[in-house]
Amino acid sequence: MLTLAIMLPFAAAVLLAFVPASPRVSRAIAIATAALSLLALVVVWIGFSPGQGFHAMLEIPWIPALGVAWRVGVDGISLSLALMSGLLFVAAIAWPMDREFNARQYYAWFLFLEGASLGLFLTLDLLVFYVFFDLSLVGMYFLIGRWGHGQAQRSALKFFLYTLVGSLLILLAIIALVLMTDPLTFDMRELIATQPVAGMDLRAGLILLGFVIGFAIKTPLFPVHTWLPPAHVDAPGPASAILAGVLLKMGTYGLVRIPMQMMRETFATWALALAIVALISILWGSIVAFAQENLKRRIAYTSVNHMGYAVLGIAVAGSALTGHEAARELALTGAVVEMVAHGLITGALFLIAGAFWARAQDYDLAHYGGLAGSAPRLMAVTWLASFASLGLPGLAGFVAEVQIFIGAFAVWPWIAAIGLLGLIVTAALFLGMLQRLFFGERPPALDEFTDLTWSELGILAAVLVLVVLIGVWPAWLLDLIGAGTALTIGGG
Amino acid sequence: MPVSDLGPEIALITGAIAALLLAMVLPQRRQGWCLAPALAALAVAGVRAFAHVNEARLTFSGVWALDGITLWARLLIVVATALCLILAPRWFETDRRHGEFYTMVLFSALGAIAMAAAADLMQLVMAVLLSSITGYVLAAWHRDWALSVEAGMKYFLIGALANALLAIGVIFLMGMAGTSDYAALKQVEITSPLGLTGLALIVTGLAFKLGAVPGHTWVPDVAEGAPAPAAAFLTIVPKIGAALALYRLVQLFPEQDMLRPLIAALSLATMTMGNLAALWQDDVRRLIGWSSVSQSGYALMAVAVADLSTHALPSLIWFLAAYALANLTGLAVVAHLRGRTALGDYAGLGRTRPLITAALIVSFLSLIGIPPLIGFVGKLGLFIVTIDGGYTWLALAAVLNTVASLFYYARVIAPMYFANAHDGRPATLGWEVGAVAVFCAVALIGVGLVSGPYLTHGAGIVALP
Repeated sequence: MLTLAIMLPFAAAVLLAFVPASPRVSRAIAIATAALSLLALVVVWIGFSPGQGFHAMLEIPWIPALGVAWRVGVDGISLSLALMSGLLFVAAIAWPMDREFNARQYYAWFLFLEGASLGLFLTLDLLVFYVFFDLSLVGMYFLIGRWGHGQAQRSALKFFLYTLVGSLLILLAIIALVLMTDPLTFDMRELIATQPVAGMDLRAGLILLGFVIGFAIKTPLFPVHTWLPPAHVDAPGPASAILAGVLLKMGTYGLVRIPMQMMRETFATWALALAIVALISILWGSIVAFAQENLKRRIAYTSVNHMGYAVLGIAVAGSALTGHEAARELALTGAVVEMVAHGLITGALFLIAGAFWARAQDYDLAHYGGLAGSAPRLMAVTWLASFASLGLPGLAGFVAEVQIFIGAFAVWPWIAAIGLLGLIVTAALFLGMLQRLFFGERPPALDEFTDLTWSELGILAAVLVLVVLIGVWPAWLLDLIGAGTALTIGGG
Repeated sequence: MPVSDLGPEIALITGAIAALLLAMVLPQRRQGWCLAPALAALAVAGVRAFAHVNEARLTFSGVWALDGITLWARLLIVVATALCLILAPRWFETDRRHGEFYTMVLFSALGAIAMAAAADLMQLVMAVLLSSITGYVLAAWHRDWALSVEAGMKYFLIGALANALLAIGVIFLMGMAGTSDYAALKQVEITSPLGLTGLALIVTGLAFKLGAVPGHTWVPDVAEGAPAPAAAFLTIVPKIGAALALYRLVQLFPEQDMLRPLIAALSLATMTMGNLAALWQDDVRRLIGWSSVSQSGYALMAVAVADLSTHALPSLIWFLAAYALANLTGLAVVAHLRGRTALGDYAGLGRTRPLITAALIVSFLSLIGIPPLIGFVGKLGLFIVTIDGGYTWLALAAVLNTVASLFYYARVIAPMYFANAHDGRPATLGWEVGAVAVFCAVALIGVGLVSGPYLTHGAGIVALP
């Protein structure tokens, strides 16, 4: 079933790449495929009982000499992220294109990207993980470069270069880690169980450094986040939503799955350093976002801030081998909820930004104002998404952040205290943004500004309903994640 | 003497002579027909190579090794040569005397195979010379085009120097060790400065054939000036031979603590030099040439850890196969576009020639090492063996170089796929040439996906002596 969820988009992408189809047919095929993929994941979810290692596993040998195989399987963390990605892909594909040309190729690349993203979350083989990690770069590169606007090629290349550095460092670290096993195996379950670098000092530290830098670039953390704003600003709206909602999660997911689970001891040694980097990202992301005059750049920098929370949660969770179990568990759950919530919320925000661009070809906040009267539906969803993003109680972001901060207070109170400042700045910047978009004088250039169409509204509603649902009744998601077992036996 | 041991080589010679005779009797318009005997000879050679599939022995008084290296060198070289030759009839349509081209290419391929199979220093010199001298002719084939003549001239001058150094090196080493036979050399410990100098000179000579520092400067000129089929041949086939010959040489001296660092340093210099020079290249053929230099640097990674890691040899072979396919795709696309070479002329090609553009993009992605293309498996193998062999810094350098290389490949990919075309559908050379490009591109994907069985078998590839 998991293999089906990964392979369907790839197959449809190949189909669209070679079979001439009209834009409408391509769009229909793409939406149907993404929906089927999501359906396959939901089927897995229905049969899922948390807390017992990996589920829905399948293993087909590929390169036996190196211990590489097609291995898929999910635990609570990967399943929740995959479900979120599947949903976001349906939304992004269904969202109308920014610039209507070459629809067939556009949808083919989107499906290709979906296959790679789902594959990354669902695989249990490190090499296959890396393969999908790289493929996601290729898919995003072509989407930004071809269908973006502004300096799209430049931004796409910057994105590709930065993240390729990261992914190759990860590859080296993976190889160094795997070479510790005998016989060679890239099986994640095996690596989690055997902890191949336990008891080594320098070598384990270097491997950890490779992983952390690689995933930090993808996440992104300060100071390697600089590829993110241009990539977002120039990408088409739906691609931005995927970039923020799904691709950034690859960094944090990788951080949980590989260094935290496979190198527990080394990770614990360096957890404080990682937490400090996360703290800087939280503050830096929110302060810089506050200063942005460009709508999309502002949202992009809040991603740096939010992913900082997620990494802080991960650092807290991996901070020790024993002690503070409850707090660490809480922090990890919080981090995963943050990933899911941020994916949904920021995905919605970027789709909304796409709607602004589609109507006015402009992201400059100074050129907007007074839209409350002419676009009430747009205002409603923007308010909802922004409040969710700044962590209003009753919405998904709050559930995540509260757990992360409670966990962090137990382990490193001072980091948690400083990190709270980020929340205040974020609240200020979102409120300021809303005010400038919707209130005040409406510039004459915006007289023609139309409200959201019903299909756009429907897509956003589907995403935001979940945000509210997680906010008011998080139990189902927390059960699904079941972080406790991930800390001790790996998987869960 | 067991003549049948040299079945593939004899087939190549026979084919070369047949092509030459045919070229004498064919009318000038029909010179392309010489392709037939050449391809037939290559097919026979390929099939005959399988006769020695599991053998590991020396033959002809110990100067010729029949082992895994030779088997794979034969197969790779035969396939690569055949694909290069298919490009030739259309490319040389207006050249009224090009029948001999096929003969020259076959002899050059023979030299490359002999390089990889050599188990004796004298035999190695003979093979390098055969491969070089035919190479000079191939590079300068367009006699009345200045760039081609320049390419041939440069190739010849550097080659003459490198071959002289190689010969001197062989003499030093022979003089100090008292033998030219690999099996005997393996027993000798080389400590004298003269012997070590000889070894370094031999490496230099082979580096020229490999297109590695310090003998790399001919590569971009040949890629730019030589006829496209010859450029494809010269940047691929001699490299396969030289890399494998170098591997054979390095594993002779497992205890020698100067040789591996030397190779590693050359590897680093080669990949960095090739990538830096390619960064701002506005000529696609030269860009492919410089990228081919950097790829030689990667290949040397596996040579540096020869025998230190069990997978070193299979990784090297697979990397060479990946490189050969990718480079061939690239140059076949160039040939298909009638040698179009200015970077600006590639803008918008994705609109007008989507299939061939896709082939070029796949080829570049494979050279970068993006999964699941075969280039990824090749590079992955190199990274594994280098780290396993204790040269982690070299793997790290290769990573940085890979990132740098993305920059110049993207300089070609981006305008092709992202920009709009400014002129009409460009003229092409003919369907055969396009078919070679597309075939190689499909192979880059297909072979990459089925690398598993090869790598399983790979650990059993034997290298003599």
